[in-house]
Amino acid sequence: MARGQTSSTSKRKKDDTGVIGGGADPMTKDSLLKFYRDMLLIRRFEERAGQLYGMGLIGGFCHLYIGQEAIAVGVQSIKEAGDQVITGYRDHGHMLACGMDPREVMAELTGRFTGSSKGKGGSMHMFSTEADFYGGHGIVGGQVSLGTGLALANRYKGNKKVAFTYFGDGAANQGQVYESFNMATIWKLPVVYVIENNQYAMGTSIERSSSETHLYKRGASFRIPGEEVDGMDVIAVQEAARKAAAHARSGEGPYILEMKTYRYRGHSMSDPAKYRTREEVDEVRKTRDPIDHLQELLEKKGWADEAALKAIDAEVKKIVADAAEFARTSPEPDPSELYTDVYLEAAQ
Amino acid sequence: MTDVLMPALSPTMEEGTLAKWHVKVGDTVRSGDVIAEIETDKATMEVEAVDEGVIEEILVPEGSEEVKVNTPIARLSGEGAAAPSAKVDAPATKSETKPEPAASGDPEKQPAEAAQPQPEGEGATPVTPKPTLRDPELPDGVKLVKTTLRDALRDAMAEEMRADENVFLMGEEVAQYQGAYKVSRGLLEEFGDRRVIDTPITEYGFAGLGVGAAMAGLKPIIEFMTFNFAMQAIDHIINSAAKTLYMSGGQIKCSVVFRGPNGAAARVGAQHSQDYSAWYAQVPGLKVVAPYDAADAKGLLKAAIRDPNPVVFLEHEMLYGVEFDVPEGDWVVPIGKAKVRREGTDVTITAHSRAVGLALEAAERLAGEGIEAEVIDLRTLRPLDHETIVASVKKTNRLVTVEEGWGPMGVGAEVIARVLEHAFDYLDAPPARVHQEDVPMPYAANLEALSLPSVDKIVKAVKAVTHK
Repeated sequence: MARGQTSSTSKRKKDDTGVIGGGADPMTKDSLLKFYRDMLLIRRFEERAGQLYGMGLIGGFCHLYIGQEAIAVGVQSIKEAGDQVITGYRDHGHMLACGMDPREVMAELTGRFTGSSKGKGGSMHMFSTEADFYGGHGIVGGQVSLGTGLALANRYKGNKKVAFTYFGDGAANQGQVYESFNMATIWKLPVVYVIENNQYAMGTSIERSSSETHLYKRGASFRIPGEEVDGMDVIAVQEAARKAAAHARSGEGPYILEMKTYRYRGHSMSDPAKYRTREEVDEVRKTRDPIDHLQELLEKKGWADEAALKAIDAEVKKIVADAAEFARTSPEPDPSELYTDVYLEAAQ
Repeated sequence: MTDVLMPALSPTMEEGTLAKWHVKVGDTVRSGDVIAEIETDKATMEVEAVDEGVIEEILVPEGSEEVKVNTPIARLSGEGAAAPSAKVDAPATKSETKPEPAASGDPEKQPAEAAQPQPEGEGATPVTPKPTLRDPELPDGVKLVKTTLRDALRDAMAEEMRADENVFLMGEEVAQYQGAYKVSRGLLEEFGDRRVIDTPITEYGFAGLGVGAAMAGLKPIIEFMTFNFAMQAIDHIINSAAKTLYMSGGQIKCSVVFRGPNGAAARVGAQHSQDYSAWYAQVPGLKVVAPYDAADAKGLLKAAIRDPNPVVFLEHEMLYGVEFDVPEGDWVVPIGKAKVRREGTDVTITAHSRAVGLALEAAERLAGEGIEAEVIDLRTLRPLDHETIVASVKKTNRLVTVEEGWGPMGVGAEVIARVLEHAFDYLDAPPARVHQEDVPMPYAANLEALSLPSVDKIVKAVKAVTHK
């Protein structure tokens, strides 16, 4: 789906015709409302997950996506059927964006048999073959090689699919990322590397951990084009993703999108957040929030009044409340599940 | 009306200090607003509102210590829209609300509750070696062809690649160079560079790519020039390949073979001479195979390529050039079945890979002294076919294990444990282990020889357990 996109910047274009993006695929009222709804669903879901964690219903690690919603939602909007998604452990938002059922995601968080991995994976390890979502990986950077492998399979099969491989600014310093970049270029693999730069690798700021803080340049030595994108603007994300996907799909090889974003919550639930100030977080929330931003745009365009937005809000709240109730009341896996799914039976 | 509850910072937190309120009665809050700070001895955390509404009442004043998790700390008067959620999160006291599974947050309480019959090692998983597993009968008139082990491996790959378009080979020097040890000789010519892929020297990266391709439904054979270099890739072998089926609740299969020479070659020093058998054989989700002769190498590699699970296939460089009889045609040997290489009555010797040759030689020498040893080639280390070993020990009442790897926590240690579990009363002497000495591999020829298992060491061990 090459669209002849030539724009080198991902700043979104606006005009007065109600069409945003200016390309062949006009933004419509419906698609903007869907963005709003999908981002809000992720936010409310994550808020509820945080709450369930506080109640002791979710154990272990739990990394929330709040603040970063525009990225998963924007990229998802240009995916073609069969394109794969793979990410690290901050994965709830991606799974919802991919269309996985909020019930089964929440039930996995609470470790129940109705969860997407029957309760055996947890927050960091969920998958859906139906949604082409390949996890959910807990080793920082591991998904970059795996995602490049998905792209290798796409090229091998000649199926014209693209593997969207997400990782964070922390993973961007892992060696295997560059091993993968190298092979992706040598073999012209259809992979889009989406770096979600939320500026803190756990508690270490990018300035303290990275010799080159402009992560979109990290592909330069591997001849991978890269681009910085306002990851708090879902429309900018969509445009950039469309261009990158077209590049990868056409056989030109990998593409890097550095999404500048911010997580509002701690790295995980037990993060005391002493490495950044409350003012810094508040400033981003006040001035760059992806959902507020889109809401203003919708209102400005007269595409959604308060009642319409409230209706979406109510719908989302209902979905999340239902998912939480489902996750709370579903049974834990039967003890017999302990020994299943270790091996597949080999054909004799 | 919605209660705001004292949250937990971690699954083990039971109480904390409500250090500060950021809101007061009458304030309007939106979800995501920071309303309070709590502290434990380990950390401080901000409490954010989940629901919207007006703070109606502060139930726990700031500065309060030892506030139990899940205690209501404030009350919100919600708007209508917030009401449905209140049902889920409006518990009154900890005892009432902490639902059963919350207890599972406490790791110490877990194991006892799983009232499950204790499995015997990995033997309880669905890949239990079945008594019905056996090598195929040699068809009448089948021709046995003298073949080097190296060529047997190549033939196995070529046959499976012809049969299944999804099978491909990837690794360092496998294509144009024809294999660092010439195992992949001729494959590039037959299958082309789409299916025989030279990689850069990046084990971690290409192992990850191979596993990713397997997740997408292909069946890669990942060649490591030696398993010493696979240590760079062991994260993907274990964390990505072995565990994903389980972590995905059975959704994502990973049919991949990791193969290459393992163990000590000759005079290559410590970093290039390590036996990883015990390392991989410990991991559920992996199958681990270590053949001795060319017929098994071919038959087991074909089985490994067809297997829907990740298989670690350990070869031995010192055997690549050795010729053995290999049956012509589609020869497949089932994974999970040991082979009695020599029958005997006085002692059981277990071994795998190159050590099988040493054990057979030792058995011949012992026969000259009137001791009949039964030699069992383990062939598969996971799942370990302990039935065959136990049956043998019940007959011989004595056991010697041989391996090229280090002894502590090794394959021999596991074999002995299984025998103790299943045939304790049959043993007439404590079992003995022969293995690499507990040192990194030396370079000097004499020290290297001293370090490795040898026919002499096996003979000596057998004499010790037979008191002869």
